[in-house]
Amino acid sequence: MERFAFLTFDGLANGAVYSAFALALVLIWRAARIVNFAQGAMAVAAAYAAYAVTSATGSYWLGFAAALAGGMALGVLVERGVMRFTSHSAPLNQVIVALGLVLTIQAGLGMLYGNEFRPVGTPFSRDAIDVGGVPLLSQYDVFVFAAVLTIVLLLALLFTKTSTGLRMRAAAFAPEVSRLLGVNVGGMLTLGWALAAGAGAVAAMLVIPTELGLHPHAMDLVFVTSFTAAVIGGLDSPPGAVVGGLLLGLVLSYVSGYLGSSVTPIAAFAALLAVLLARPQGLFAASKARQA
Amino acid sequence: MRTLLWSVAAAAGLVAATAMLDPFRNYQLATIAAYLCATAGLTVLTGLNGQLSLGHGALMAIGAYTVAFAQKSWDSLYLSLALAVVVTTVAGAVVGLAAARLRGPYLAGATLALAIAVPSITITFQSVFNSEQGLPVFLTPPRTLDIERWQALVAGGAAVLVMWLLANLSRSHLGRRMRAVRDNEVAASLTGVAVSRTQVLAFVISSACAGLGGALMAFLAQSVSPGAFPLTLSLFLLMAVVIGGLGSLAGALWGAVLLVALPDVIHSLTEGMVLKPAMASRLEGNLPLAIFGVTLIIVMLAAPGGLQGLFSRLLKRGHHAPNS
Amino acid sequence: MHRIVSVALAAVLVAACSSGGETPGGAKGDSTGVTDTEIVVGTHMPLTGPAAAGYSEIAPATKAYFDHVNASGGVHGRKITYKVMDDGYNPANTQTVVRQLVLQDRVFAILNGLGTPTHTGVLDFLKTNKVPDLFVASGSRTWNQPEKYPHTFGFNTDYTVEGKILGNYIKQSLPGKKVCFFGQDDDFGRDSLLGVEKVLGATAVVSKQKYVTSNTDVAPQVGAMKAAGCEVVVLATIPGFTALSMGTAARLAFKPQWVVSNVGSDHPTLAKQLGNAAPLLEGMVGVSNLPSPADLTDPWTAAFKKIHDQYNGKAPFNGNAVYGLSVGYLFVQALQAAGKDLTREGLLAAVEKNGFKGPGFAPLRYSKTNHSGYGGHRLTKVAAGVQVFFGDVFETDSADGSVNVFGEQRPTPPANTIAS
Repeated sequence: MERFAFLTFDGLANGAVYSAFALALVLIWRAARIVNFAQGAMAVAAAYAAYAVTSATGSYWLGFAAALAGGMALGVLVERGVMRFTSHSAPLNQVIVALGLVLTIQAGLGMLYGNEFRPVGTPFSRDAIDVGGVPLLSQYDVFVFAAVLTIVLLLALLFTKTSTGLRMRAAAFAPEVSRLLGVNVGGMLTLGWALAAGAGAVAAMLVIPTELGLHPHAMDLVFVTSFTAAVIGGLDSPPGAVVGGLLLGLVLSYVSGYLGSSVTPIAAFAALLAVLLARPQGLFAASKARQA
Repeated sequence: MRTLLWSVAAAAGLVAATAMLDPFRNYQLATIAAYLCATAGLTVLTGLNGQLSLGHGALMAIGAYTVAFAQKSWDSLYLSLALAVVVTTVAGAVVGLAAARLRGPYLAGATLALAIAVPSITITFQSVFNSEQGLPVFLTPPRTLDIERWQALVAGGAAVLVMWLLANLSRSHLGRRMRAVRDNEVAASLTGVAVSRTQVLAFVISSACAGLGGALMAFLAQSVSPGAFPLTLSLFLLMAVVIGGLGSLAGALWGAVLLVALPDVIHSLTEGMVLKPAMASRLEGNLPLAIFGVTLIIVMLAAPGGLQGLFSRLLKRGHHAPNS
Repeated sequence: MHRIVSVALAAVLVAACSSGGETPGGAKGDSTGVTDTEIVVGTHMPLTGPAAAGYSEIAPATKAYFDHVNASGGVHGRKITYKVMDDGYNPANTQTVVRQLVLQDRVFAILNGLGTPTHTGVLDFLKTNKVPDLFVASGSRTWNQPEKYPHTFGFNTDYTVEGKILGNYIKQSLPGKKVCFFGQDDDFGRDSLLGVEKVLGATAVVSKQKYVTSNTDVAPQVGAMKAAGCEVVVLATIPGFTALSMGTAARLAFKPQWVVSNVGSDHPTLAKQLGNAAPLLEGMVGVSNLPSPADLTDPWTAAFKKIHDQYNGKAPFNGNAVYGLSVGYLFVQALQAAGKDLTREGLLAAVEKNGFKGPGFAPLRYSKTNHSGYGGHRLTKVAAGVQVFFGDVFETDSADGSVNVFGEQRPTPPANTIAS
């Protein structure tokens, strides 16, 4: 029972960071109808910006702000500089351009910072609080939960309570009609990229300290897991991303704890398949099936 | 008929080429051929039928391990390659049944998870698959031939066969059904095309090709290990077919050539640069990757239809302007 | 026109065949890759990708040593050219780059190819082409199969020998403690555990946990060891996972005595990765057979540092650098021993003849029947932020032999740190 409780909290803590990054993927999907394979690499670049700022100033929060700003700027740059010129009639071309960006960004970071893992500090203690002999959540885990919750709430506000959010959704779903109605579709797209990249950068800031450290490839595995989580939840749904992330975090923790670390990718695949066979558009799919 | 002529010509060209090339170039040719089997299969799935797979590397791994086990039992290469095709056909049918229900990013996610799951099976069941270290592939090379030339002939022959079969498939009734499903599922089903069955069939055919490609990789490397079939392989295959041009099988060929030639060319280009040691240790490896990435982006921006699309556009332009 | 082309092609072909089939050096042996002024040697290393961390520092260090030797006139008048190919730790890439080195660049030998899964795949190819495959950078026992792979020689102390020496330390210095094991889920972890259990007994290890590099959440495993009440944890981990295990244990308030394999116990590497959490390394016991980069009173360290500063100054001087320099030193020793008329056969015979003494504490095992590398280790401990050696040098075999003290002293470095 103690073991189960321990694994549950470990799973939730991991799941929260998967949720954060899955949210970024959901955002870009909603804004631009693409799965941004470069999201991980872009987020790592933002995390390096944070690293540089924190190293120079000694302040975690200045670094955090730099990651957020740098991430958003990179999102704008990628959309305005590259993605805008990619054929929209061939969605796969965007995927390939994104993969090209991954290679370029990772190689660029490798050239700038070398291939070493760099330690990244946390603003709060990661020491787990002991409850009845079982180490459960740490202050940092609570911070991660709060951050994820904040992102979800802000997004919900943006998309449901503001006209900008409405315009963004319209621009993504029906660009032609929106243009006729006077929506600045290009601007909305850029905004979508900026928001998604910003969320991705925050997610990277949350997750990298819990992993091996800062490295050009630091988000590779996180990307895969979070993408799986986003698909499980349904790519159109921010709450789906959160639920998908937490669910996957729990499954992976239980499987790793009871069956072994090497079984986790198989479990992720099984979980994904089980969900998709029952609900081909994820847990939180809209009721009416849409052809992608 | 035309495809048959092309195939015979390709086979003859292969025999001649292998006689002329040095062993390393023959090995590269063999590698291109092995990739070609996989990329051609992926072109059928994605280009012809409109389904996306990020898991073809995993299917290649299944083919590769089949060859390793088969060669251990009987050391009859062609039988082992055939068995690899059979096994991946079955695997492809299972995956294809699930895939036919999924669209767009959901299919991408499912196949991506497959690409990660298959290599980890070798670690979970290491008494069978020997974990990361993998398994040897026993071979008895012919005495009369250079081993690399033999590898190029076998792999090249298999690739020619695959291209011939797929070219015929593309022109067949099934090929037309696949295109109909790709262009508009609803319209296709209204005209009596069984959409799901066509999609499963496309996945099965594509898997068989990928399995053969993986089997050939095992044959070339004389070993199999999970590290040789990472997620990046699946992504690189997809890059290859899109950059080559999804519209036709010729695109799969350009893609396979690029997978082998581009890293080699970039390496030769960057090797000549004289750098300070501190600089070199950072650029080495990273610079080729950066050039590779930038090349991908530029090709996609300049030639949205891939290289094959670019070539046919240039050809057409040439025909229209005979006087210039 | 066509005829001219085909005639030209045929001519090229004939020329290519005749130059390819010939082995320079004639009847005496195979001297591919050797001229009067140059020896071309190649290697495969991860320079990019997740595995590049740390490992990518080895080849530049070896290269720095060769630069030093070349600046002093080379070996028998020949300068060493070291071609380093990036395989990204992907066995499929290793296949290609090693073929490129052997078939196209026509290297004399492959030196210090890194990684068990990567290098295992090219053993047969190197055997077929009779290429000396020296000083493989991995502690797998695979390299020691002189009957099956006569051209291949290991370098690292193998993981089982290492496990036995770690187990011996626990038996002698930490008796009665609850021992657990945390290792990589491949031959590294498997061989290491085998060694530990050979000394402590099969039932002595109360909790055996495994990780894979594709899963960075080790809390379930570390949590299980805490729950099992482990007092001593043996780690067969790569540096990233040593740091991760210690960090995770600290956050769970789990403070066992860490006893770490050589691969994962380089203090400068770990301290850099842990950053502010580096004090967690205090008290960590490790093993090494090469001099400590931190101990400049060691004559070998001092000598290597001098070369490093001159030829590879920007790179950190850590365990990887000392490793790379030691590989270079041993290779030059072997070249010297092979004599002026350098052939592949001569080089292999020289390595099998052995007698090499150098920076390593433990003896090198090379003989006609043994192709493993170093046969032992010395224990290290981190005290006040510095990793220092303590106690004797131990040596043993990977079978059931006892763990013995190796009393022989290392020689001091020769003049200019080049063997004669």
